[in-house]
Amino acid sequence: MNEFKIHHREGDGVNVMELRGYLDAHTAPDLESAFQKLLNEKKYNIIVNCKDLSYISSAGLGVFMAYIEDVRKQAGDIKLTNMTPKVYNVFDLLGFPILYEIYKDEHDAVSKFHEGKKSSTV
Amino acid sequence: MVSYSRKIAIRIQSRTENLQQVRNFVAEAAREFGFSDDETSNIVLSVDEACTNIIKHAYQFATDRHISIDILRERNSFEVRIQDNGKPFDPESIRTPDLKEHLSHYRRGGLGVYLMRRLMDRVEYNFVPGKVNEVRLVKNLSPASMPVRR
Repeated sequence: MNEFKIHHREGDGVNVMELRGYLDAHTAPDLESAFQKLLNEKKYNIIVNCKDLSYISSAGLGVFMAYIEDVRKQAGDIKLTNMTPKVYNVFDLLGFPILYEIYKDEHDAVSKFHEGKKSSTV
Repeated sequence: MVSYSRKIAIRIQSRTENLQQVRNFVAEAAREFGFSDDETSNIVLSVDEACTNIIKHAYQFATDRHISIDILRERNSFEVRIQDNGKPFDPESIRTPDLKEHLSHYRRGGLGVYLMRRLMDRVEYNFVPGKVNEVRLVKNLSPASMPVRR
C-alpha cells in the first residue's frame, strides 16, 4: 500500500498542509485535490510541512509546480518546511530552492508570511 | 561471504498503485548488494521514475498492461532492466533541461528523466520496434563498500 496522508490546519491567516508517507504518481492526485480545494476557497498563504514525508518522486514535485504560479498571482505563496535530508535532496537536485522558499521550521515560514503582510500594509 | 541470486525479477500490472511494490523490491535488492541507504534511495527513485514514465507515456494510463523489472547483479554492477510493450519512448526528445529556465516556466515534464540521468551511472534505452521497449539503469558499487563475494 502507498500510504499517504494530508492533514490540514488553519490559523494566523496561514493554511498548513502536513504531508505524511509516500508522495508518488499514485498519491500525487490527492495533493492536487488538496491544493485545488484551498484555491477554490481563496486561501493562498500555504505552508507545506514535510516533517513526516518519507518519499517524493518527480510526480509529487510536479504538483507544487502546477499551483505555484496561480498562488503567487493572488499575492500568496507556497512555502515548504521541515524536510528530511532525503526529501530535500530530491527538491535540491531539481533546482527547487531557486524558486521556492524552503525553511527548516514551520514557524520561520509563518513569520515570513506575517512579515510580508506588514510590509504590504505600510 | 555474500550469497544471493544474481538475477531476480518481478512483473507488475501498469498501475501506479504498484509503484510501492517495485520500490520495495528494488530497495531490498540494492541493500543486499551492499549499497548505502542514500545510494539505495537514489536507485529506488530512478526505477520509480522509469516505471512512472511507462505508465504515463508508453501505456497512457491503461491499467491492464505489464511492466517487467529484472535486476542483474554482477561483481560491482547493479543493473535494472525495465521492459514494456507500449508506445516507444524517444529519449532524444528529452533534452537535459536547464533547470532554472525549466522551472521558471513551471514545466512539469522531463524531470523524471533528468533525475535518472543524475542519480544513475548509466541510463540506456533499447527498442525492438512493435515488440519491446527497454530502459537499463546501472549503478556501480564503489570499491570501498564492496563486500566479499562468492
